[in-house]
Amino acid sequence: MLNKYGIPTPKGEMTDSPAKAGEIFSRLGAPIAAVKSQIHSGGRGKAGGIKVVKSAAESEAAVRELIGKTLVTAQTGPAGRTVRKVLIEESIPVARELYLGIVIDRKTSAPVMMASAEGGMEIEELARKSPEKIIKMPFHPHLGLAGFQARELVFALGLGSAAYADIFIKLSKLFIENDCSLAEINPLVITNEKKVMALDAKINLDDRALFRHKDLAECRDINEEHPIEYEASKYDLSYIGLDGNIGCMVNGAGLAMATMDLIKLHGGEPANFLDVGGGASAEQVTQAFKLLIANKNVKAILVNIFGGIMKCDIIAQGIVTAVKEVGLGFPLVVRLEGTNVDIGKKILKASGLNIVSADSMDEAAKKVVESLKL
Amino acid sequence: MSILVNKNTKVVVQGITGSAGSFHTKQMLEYGTKIVAGVTPGKGNTKFDDRVPIYDTLRQAVSATGADTSVVFVPPAFAADALLEAADCGLKLVVCITEGIPTLDMVKVYKVYRDKGVRMVGPNCPGVITPEESKLGIMPGYIHKKGNIGIVSRSGTLTYEAVWQTTKVGLGQSTCLGIGGDPIIGTSFVDALELFQRDNETKAIIMIGEIGGTMEEEAAEYIKKNVTKPVVSFIAGRTAPKGKRMGHAGAIISGGKGTAQEKTAKLIECGVTVVDSPAVVGTAIYNILNKK
Repeated sequence: MLNKYGIPTPKGEMTDSPAKAGEIFSRLGAPIAAVKSQIHSGGRGKAGGIKVVKSAAESEAAVRELIGKTLVTAQTGPAGRTVRKVLIEESIPVARELYLGIVIDRKTSAPVMMASAEGGMEIEELARKSPEKIIKMPFHPHLGLAGFQARELVFALGLGSAAYADIFIKLSKLFIENDCSLAEINPLVITNEKKVMALDAKINLDDRALFRHKDLAECRDINEEHPIEYEASKYDLSYIGLDGNIGCMVNGAGLAMATMDLIKLHGGEPANFLDVGGGASAEQVTQAFKLLIANKNVKAILVNIFGGIMKCDIIAQGIVTAVKEVGLGFPLVVRLEGTNVDIGKKILKASGLNIVSADSMDEAAKKVVESLKL
Repeated sequence: MSILVNKNTKVVVQGITGSAGSFHTKQMLEYGTKIVAGVTPGKGNTKFDDRVPIYDTLRQAVSATGADTSVVFVPPAFAADALLEAADCGLKLVVCITEGIPTLDMVKVYKVYRDKGVRMVGPNCPGVITPEESKLGIMPGYIHKKGNIGIVSRSGTLTYEAVWQTTKVGLGQSTCLGIGGDPIIGTSFVDALELFQRDNETKAIIMIGEIGGTMEEEAAEYIKKNVTKPVVSFIAGRTAPKGKRMGHAGAIISGGKGTAQEKTAKLIECGVTVVDSPAVVGTAIYNILNKK
């Protein structure tokens, strides 16, 4: 992707096989190479996911060590990520390391380029400790980064020559044309030959815009995703796993977060965030329920629905279908309010299932927490 | 009074024949909203529900009916274009319900709206309602009651929760608006607070925030300097983990910023009553008003 926009990168090849690592090293023809773990997360260097090698044999050994290893970095969470592929890349003699990134700034509702003369591993820390060392340059979403802005960045970073301005404009094009939410080159280096090169990059795409980037959508690697979260995404459900034991199913993200907060306030721990959205079908509700049960830590379930577009009878029907299909081995508390609430309550009652009903979200949260103490 | 919409607001629905658009147009008509036109390209010269004229373009609809406000139900891939159309046709308010519009589309739309000075509410929001007068959006009408509380929220169903509580304690609402859960939105908390402060009918304000961004912090500063009416607030997402996007594209704690704790502390410092349970918003505001 970087090369397509004319941003140079070191030569390198991807592999999952130690046997091929030596061959790749020789083909690169560089005296030194780096073996880099390919996981969708930052902070790899510190976690031991990047090895510097000087021969074909060292290259093989490094790949053997990294493949299958679980890396825990500052960004992966405690469970870490398993390395399935590595990139073997020529090592470039570097004169200077810089940071360059673009995000959407919510305060100004505009894209903003951030650059720092201090590139390398710890940009998050730099942002916290000395934010004044990061130069921020908001740019026009229709016009892109202007030439003069790129030149201002060049001289603010002390690069000394307007010839470097191009790289900033290229990255801004990449960001806009591919609907990125983050495009970051870290480090961006000036080599001993005074050439500019991206040694590492992180690009986040806006998943809402993937419909117009079919080629990029194919890059999705489901091995990098949480299995229940992936399953949920297939049914247009928004699921996030947490560490507690009370499964939650709620409509609307705000209400879902508030429900989790209430559970905690009453002394319980939510097992997940699950937003079934505004207009879910009975089938989606059934699937949502199955997802909750798929989490082995779940010991009780709370359903909290305030029907607007969502009709309570559809929710009730979905719950009944799911429970009849997969059984119910633990307490289930349901709170329904809003459109068709009376029909919904009748459906639950008529099902003969052991469902505890609640009239407010507070009562529902209390009841589900108490059910675990019994 | 009230803010943004009232019984005289003349509404055009963009995307009136889609499934969400048609379902909610019926609901809005039932509520009494003055819907004067609809737009669906290719379906001009027909009528919605035998009563609302449909036009091929918004410009035709506006010149034929004098519509001054639009509600947008156009699907995400085409929504940005519909919003640009609305800004160009001289509407004074555009309420965008559509969820899932690409962020960069909204960045571009936002720039045009700001340059032209057109007000947008949303996207990805339940809309705006002035109870017993006009409903522009997807909220269930029956939970509302005319009254003196202004309600503003980033979330849809959590707004309903606050509305329902204020109705149950007998207060009712002046106007309620959901400003939307996306990172780029047309109307911020500060914008809404400014309108509520100016509105004679609004006696107190409920502001429902959530994790992510810095809009609540900016609102807190604004309240301290400019708002004399009591404000009660709840911030959703105290238990949300860092770096995980909680359904709303805007609700994410990144780099340790945007936590519920930070927002709560800032609001309290600026004189806002912050409740720690979403279930007591109604009683909290009731108690404040009845102490005075």
